[in-house]
Amino acid sequence: MSESTSTVDNGVNVAALLEAREALTAAPEGAKFTWRATCDWKEGTHSRSSVEGFFGLGEEQKHITEYSFDTDHPEIFASADKGATPVEMVLVGLAGCLTAGIAAVAQHRDIQLKSVKATLEAAMDIQGILGIDADVRTGFDDIKVHYEIDADASQEDIEALVAQSQKRSAVFDIVTNPTNVTVAVNK
Amino acid sequence: MTDAGRDRFRPAGTIDVVVIGAGHAGLATSYCLSERSIEHVVLERGEVANSWRKERWDSLTLLTPNWQSTLPGFRYSGDDPDGFMSMPEVIRFISDYADFSAAPVRTNTAVTSVRLNGDGYQVTTNEGTWRCRSLVIASGACNVAVTPAVADAIPATINTLTPHEYHGPEQIEAGGVLVVGASATGMQLADEIQRAGHDITIAVGEHVRMPRTYRGRDIQFWLDAAGILNERYDEVDDIVRARRLPSPQLVGAHEPAMLDLNNLTDNGAKLVGRLMGVRDGVAQFSGSLRNVCALADLKMHRMLDTMDEWAATSPQASQFEAIERYERTRVDASADLTLSLKDGAIRTIVWATGFRPDYSWLDVPVLDRKGRIRHDGGVAESPGMYVVGLPVLRRRKSSFIHGTEDDVRDLTSHLADYLDHGVA
Repeated sequence: MSESTSTVDNGVNVAALLEAREALTAAPEGAKFTWRATCDWKEGTHSRSSVEGFFGLGEEQKHITEYSFDTDHPEIFASADKGATPVEMVLVGLAGCLTAGIAAVAQHRDIQLKSVKATLEAAMDIQGILGIDADVRTGFDDIKVHYEIDADASQEDIEALVAQSQKRSAVFDIVTNPTNVTVAVNK
Repeated sequence: MTDAGRDRFRPAGTIDVVVIGAGHAGLATSYCLSERSIEHVVLERGEVANSWRKERWDSLTLLTPNWQSTLPGFRYSGDDPDGFMSMPEVIRFISDYADFSAAPVRTNTAVTSVRLNGDGYQVTTNEGTWRCRSLVIASGACNVAVTPAVADAIPATINTLTPHEYHGPEQIEAGGVLVVGASATGMQLADEIQRAGHDITIAVGEHVRMPRTYRGRDIQFWLDAAGILNERYDEVDDIVRARRLPSPQLVGAHEPAMLDLNNLTDNGAKLVGRLMGVRDGVAQFSGSLRNVCALADLKMHRMLDTMDEWAATSPQASQFEAIERYERTRVDASADLTLSLKDGAIRTIVWATGFRPDYSWLDVPVLDRKGRIRHDGGVAESPGMYVVGLPVLRRRKSSFIHGTEDDVRDLTSHLADYLDHGVA
């Protein structure tokens, strides 16, 4: 895979990613990141969450601007529906993460992408949330992601792209594996 | 007897080279040093081929066929070139090699520390202290059976075994068994324990799927012929990854043609994802099972493509059977994510979660933060120090018996230069 002769451009700076990988192998402390979000309750089930600062490469970092996201519940839950449901935000995170991975891996493997579309579906039995049946899980039972990918590559190479992207995806790891969560509170 | 061989009974003292370990790699090194008339001693904590005697389960056979059992100056000479050696046969093969090469082996000599000493090393053993200018570490890649941190959370009512503690299925108490890991070790133990009548659940992370026989020839024939085994460490795409790759799902036997996850599930085993945690006596598995299986299927077929490409250009092309492609690994849409370790269904956990070398005796600052020796193709960062017999040390075949010769010839040549010129 020679980068200099490649005409493939998915808009991913793979050289920079590989450089970072090399630098952080030598200095693993820099690889320790902390991601943050803040959340403000508005009214009812409506909240607004924001992200801006994070920590990484040994120092405080910032997005180029603050991003904010409204979450709420739909009207069938007697809510005002001022934003996506939080569980949909999880799907948004998974889709964004896997798709970014596909673009990066494709660039690295010299595969030109023309279009990448994902459809995500997550099944949930809300008897769990509502406390109707203690045997029903509160969260998703199952997540299905379907990709439609148009690229200059064989079906097998495209499947390998998607598989590799799952292997390297943080959100895929977060939703497939247990994580300790600590919630503290101050009055 | 070579000059070096006559040194067998000299007392500990000063010598050009100390080789640690009298397994196949240490003995091959000794042979090549003797060829160059380089004075050396081989220190062995137990007997020749000690790990093969003490740290292998009873039914294990070599993963490479007999025709591939070659060491410098020595090769398999029996009448079953396509067979696979049992452990007693491997021990005899390596012992015969030690006799043939008259290697200056000190058995029952355990190294307790190695430290820098001037421009060389001081090697302390339970049988005296050696000083040498050069040191070859051939102490093995699998000294310690690694268990994950989560092992500490397993309820005390469950029996746990590492592959070093496992000898045969008669050790396993009646009841279900969770095998953690799906490399050659995990697959072989799961299969053997399942055949002995136990219900098997196997936790599957990243693995390497591979048929034993492909197009009528052993897979080792293909790996060799297509040039895969000879790929050099400095040409491999990602050497760190190549070196920690789990061993392929092979067993040294002609049947089944492929010991894969489909084969295990056909016989009743249940697949779950990688073991990620244990909470309140309940094991938690990753939801990535489908993807790790998809990755292994894709990689196996890519490897077979490489072999088919080689075959198409080979003068032997007409001798090979037809191209084969295999059924994908079957994974239940709703593979279990949890498993109770308290309800009595699972009685035993077998940790097939890998091995690592033991360098607890090595008091020279050459270890990286993961406890591995920092080296360039076996030339350690500390001048005059070498390591042999590790996975993908210099070539993909490095950890196989037949892969030892090329590595050891390269490294003893480097070592001879070092002794002559003192330059690393």
